[in-house]
Amino acid sequence: MPEKLLTWNKVRMGGMVTDPGSSVEYLTGSWRSTRPVQDMEQCTHCMLCWVYCPDASIIVENGRWTRFDYDHCKGCGICADVCPVNIKKPHPVTGQMGKVIQMVPEA
Amino acid sequence: MVQSLIRALDGAHAVSEAMRQIDPDVVAAYPITPQTAVVQTFSEYVADGLVKTEFVAVESEHAAMSACVGAAAAGGRVMTATSANGLALMWEVLYIAASLRLPIVMTTVNRALSGPLNIHCDHSDSMGARDAGWIHIFAENGQEAYDNTLQAVRIAEHRDLLLPVMSMQDGFITGHGVDRVEVLPDEAARQFVGPFQPTFSILDIDQPLTIGAWDFYDYYFEHKRQQSDVISKALPIIEAVGEEYGELTGRRYGILDTFGMEDAEMAIVVLSSTAGTARSIIRRARAEGVKIGLVKPRVFRPFPDRHLVEALEKCRAVAVLDRSISFGAMEGAGPLFLELCSAFFAHKKCDTTIVDYIFGLGGRDVLPEHIEQAIQDLQQIVRTGKRGPLVRYLGLRE
Repeated sequence: MPEKLLTWNKVRMGGMVTDPGSSVEYLTGSWRSTRPVQDMEQCTHCMLCWVYCPDASIIVENGRWTRFDYDHCKGCGICADVCPVNIKKPHPVTGQMGKVIQMVPEA
Repeated sequence: MVQSLIRALDGAHAVSEAMRQIDPDVVAAYPITPQTAVVQTFSEYVADGLVKTEFVAVESEHAAMSACVGAAAAGGRVMTATSANGLALMWEVLYIAASLRLPIVMTTVNRALSGPLNIHCDHSDSMGARDAGWIHIFAENGQEAYDNTLQAVRIAEHRDLLLPVMSMQDGFITGHGVDRVEVLPDEAARQFVGPFQPTFSILDIDQPLTIGAWDFYDYYFEHKRQQSDVISKALPIIEAVGEEYGELTGRRYGILDTFGMEDAEMAIVVLSSTAGTARSIIRRARAEGVKIGLVKPRVFRPFPDRHLVEALEKCRAVAVLDRSISFGAMEGAGPLFLELCSAFFAHKKCDTTIVDYIFGLGGRDVLPEHIEQAIQDLQQIVRTGKRGPLVRYLGLRE
C-alpha cells in the first residue's frame, strides 16, 4: 500500500491515474481467505495457471514458473481449478491427491 | 469594444450561430424538441464545410453524452445540446463528465419532463440534474443564449475549473422565439473563445493515463470532496469571464441581474424568460410607487447564496417563482425556493418572509396578471405580517 493515504486536497484531479502500472503498489493479498499452494516437483509447467490468473500472480522466470505472488493473489482459486495435472504422489503441503495446485485456508 | 451585427434569430439559432463561431472539435448529439434546431442547423454547417467539427450522429442522448465524454477525454473541445427526457436519459453520464473534469458545453433548452408527455417549457429537466456537478447558467432571451454560449466555453475550460457547463434557455419561448440578437463578428468571437488547450488527453501516448478508474472506499470520498471544492470556486471565474465579455461587446454579465432593488421592500426572484415578463410588470408597479424589485439569478450552480442574500436581505417579503416542483419537498416547493431559504437561514437572515410560487409547468403561460397577483400577495404579507401559504401556484386551475 502507499504508506500514507492522501488527504482530499492532495489527490489528483478527477482521480486521474498518471503512473502506468501503478496497481502493482496496491497490495491485494490481504483480501485472501484461501491461498493456492503448489507441488513444483510434479508440475509440468504447462502455464495454464499463468494464462488464467486474473491478477498476474503466477511468477514465471526463465520459462518455468517459480512462485505465487502472494502480495497480489486474491485467492480466487482459478489456478487450482484449471490445473490439468493429476498428481501421482500426495501433495507436499496438503497431503491430498488431486491437482498440482490446491487451495488451503489462509492462516 | 467590438461592434456586433444585428440578426433576427430564435434562441436555438442564436446557439447554433455561436457554435459555428466556436467550431468545436466534436459535436455528438441526438435530436429532441425543442433543442432540435440547435444541432440540426449545426449539422448543416458541418455538411457545408463551414466548420471543421466532427459531427457524430448517435443513437440516443445517453450515447451522445458518452461520445462527448470520450471526445473530451481525448483532448477535444466538445459541445452538444438536449432537453427534457434527453437530458434525463444521459443522467448517469452527466455525473461522469463532471467528475472526470471534462469541460463539455451543453445547451439545455428547458422542457418539461414526461409524463404525461409534454414538450413545452418548464425547468424540471435541468433542475433534475442539479446535483450532477455541472455549472448551470440561465439565459433570459436569445441575446443571452448567444452570449452565454461563448462565455460557457471560457468558463468550462478555465484552468481552475475544467468542469462541464449547462447553458439553459426556455424551450419554445426563447428557443423558437425570434429575437433581435447582436452577434459578434466571427473573428472576434473566435478570439474571445480562443484555442482549446486541453490539460490532458488519453490519446497522448507520451503521458499515458487512466481516467474513470476503480475508486475504492479509501479514495472516492476524497475525490468527491475535491470536486465539490472546485465547483464552489466557479462564481469569481464566471464573473471574470462576464467582465471580459462586457469589455469586448458592451454587454456585461455577472451572477445576478437585478432591477429596482435599490429601495425595494419586496422582491420577485425568478430564472430565465419569465424575468422579462416580471420586469415589465414590476416597472409598472414601481411607477405607481410600489417598492418592489426583481432578482434574476443567471447562475444556479454553483448556487450564489451570498449574492442572493446580499441582494434580498433588506426585503420584508420575497416571492420566488419556480418553474418546477421538487416532488416531495416540503409543501411541494420548488428548488430555487428551497435553496434560497437555506441560504437565508445559513446566513442568519430571518426577518424576510419568503414564499414560493410554482408556475408555468408544461409550458403553461405566465401572464402579467400572475405577476400582479404575486405582487399583491407580497404587499398583503408586508401589510398584515402574516405569511399565508408557503407554496402557491400561478396560472393553475384551482
